Amino acid sequence: MTAEESPQESPAIVLGIETSCDETAAAVVSGPSDVLSSVISSQVDLHARYGGVVPEIASRAHVELLTPVVAQAVIEAGLSDHDVEAVAATSGPGLIGSLLVGVSAAKSLALVWDVPFVAVNHLEAHLYSSFLEEPDLELPVVVLLVSGGHTLLVLMEAFGRYRLIGQTLDDAAGEAFDKVARFMDLGYPGGPVIDRLAMDGNPEAVAFPRPMYDDGYDFSFSGLKTAVVNHVRNNPDLDVADVAASFQEAVVDVLIHKARKAAEEYRAKGLCLAGGVAANSSLRERLLDACVAAGISGFLPSRSMCTDNAAMVAAAGWQRLQLDGPSPLDTGADPNLPLPFILPTEPAA
Amino acid sequence: MIQARTRSPEDTKNLAAAMAELAQPGDLLLLVGDLGAGKTTFTQGFAAALGISEPVTSPTFTLAREYHGRLLLHHLDVFRLDQISEVLDLGLPELLDSDGVILIEWGDAIRQALPNDYLEVALTFIEGQPGPLDERMVVLTPVGSGWQARADDLTAATEPWLEASSQ
Repeated sequence: MTAEESPQESPAIVLGIETSCDETAAAVVSGPSDVLSSVISSQVDLHARYGGVVPEIASRAHVELLTPVVAQAVIEAGLSDHDVEAVAATSGPGLIGSLLVGVSAAKSLALVWDVPFVAVNHLEAHLYSSFLEEPDLELPVVVLLVSGGHTLLVLMEAFGRYRLIGQTLDDAAGEAFDKVARFMDLGYPGGPVIDRLAMDGNPEAVAFPRPMYDDGYDFSFSGLKTAVVNHVRNNPDLDVADVAASFQEAVVDVLIHKARKAAEEYRAKGLCLAGGVAANSSLRERLLDACVAAGISGFLPSRSMCTDNAAMVAAAGWQRLQLDGPSPLDTGADPNLPLPFILPTEPAA
Repeated sequence: MIQARTRSPEDTKNLAAAMAELAQPGDLLLLVGDLGAGKTTFTQGFAAALGISEPVTSPTFTLAREYHGRLLLHHLDVFRLDQISEVLDLGLPELLDSDGVILIEWGDAIRQALPNDYLEVALTFIEGQPGPLDERMVVLTPVGSGWQARADDLTAATEPWLEASSQ
């Protein structure tokens, strides 16, 4: 297309599909942030007895659930199939079998409806989740993205302009919650269980290490997990609630300290949480306290927007379409897809 | 069977690095051990010695990660796979045919799906004994002809960590 030709009107109504892990989700979003519907069918009960997401079970469940979930999203949006103007799907990172279900479905729908398909990076979608509820959030913001698979500190300057400030060098924060819970026989998923138990425990009962506390912006949670294991093995009579509270306090201390330091050093206007661990009540409370202390705005997406959902995928898909148009139909799923469009990170002046 | 002892996570990495010097394309290592025993720590030391500079993170979430160094390294976590069909879904046979080195965490669970030529690395906490909590027993068991042929090299490479009984 040449500059003289009038540009095609960009699609406004985007159907988003998310199947990267254990949530089957579909949503319809109009423009950058108007959520018309968001349907999430969690498989957590299917995986609980295994203590974690079982890939084969997840893929099968996605195949069964996706069609009704998409239909429900379109109906709840008050639309019919031919109103959908583009289809977006998470193409990575995630479980390969699960990703393929969503990507294949999205491409098929795009072909049948003759609308553009757009592949969305799951991490980029999480970064964008705050803007669905707070479209006027002032940039740049530092986003602390914490989930079962990821722990990232990202400076978001604009959509598609990111600086990766820090990341985990071993286990993700949510993985540490899951593994500690599994070790202590608390059930799955570990995050909500430990959050609940911690409310009745003393966070100062055990002085667990704060790994890499004053050491740059990267994280390490594997050693903390081992410290909990060692401590419980040597003190089997300890109060479970105290261990849960002390472990959670150690994780939250490190996350908040680094997020606040990053927001100050990079002169961010605000600090946002994203990802499943962002549902943790202690993390939410402490983040707001840190923002007040730092004199910046803090934003906590609602719990349903923190965890995996398709509204953030549709919104990120809309942004991607504005920036670089549809994705080719031979776009594959990539289980280890990194966050795209990362700019070199320079220390703030 | 070779019995070694490491005194800290750093020491476990050094032991792994010494073993990585012996690594050849197509090698398979099974890492067995409880939560927190040091499987990922071992992998990090092994990867660093292969010249892999990016962080080697836990593969628990996506099950398999691939790193490029002097040799290609595949790092797998199969804790949640309890069926052989899932191991096949991960493409294990194809990985075994490739030129890379494969490290499988929690490999114990899928032993019957593996070829009969691998090195088992069992990491265990040391019970009922005074000493730092970070000490680990590391038992190396070569299975099959390929690794048994290298047992002497393995003993030589891990000499500083060997327990008196196995020297």
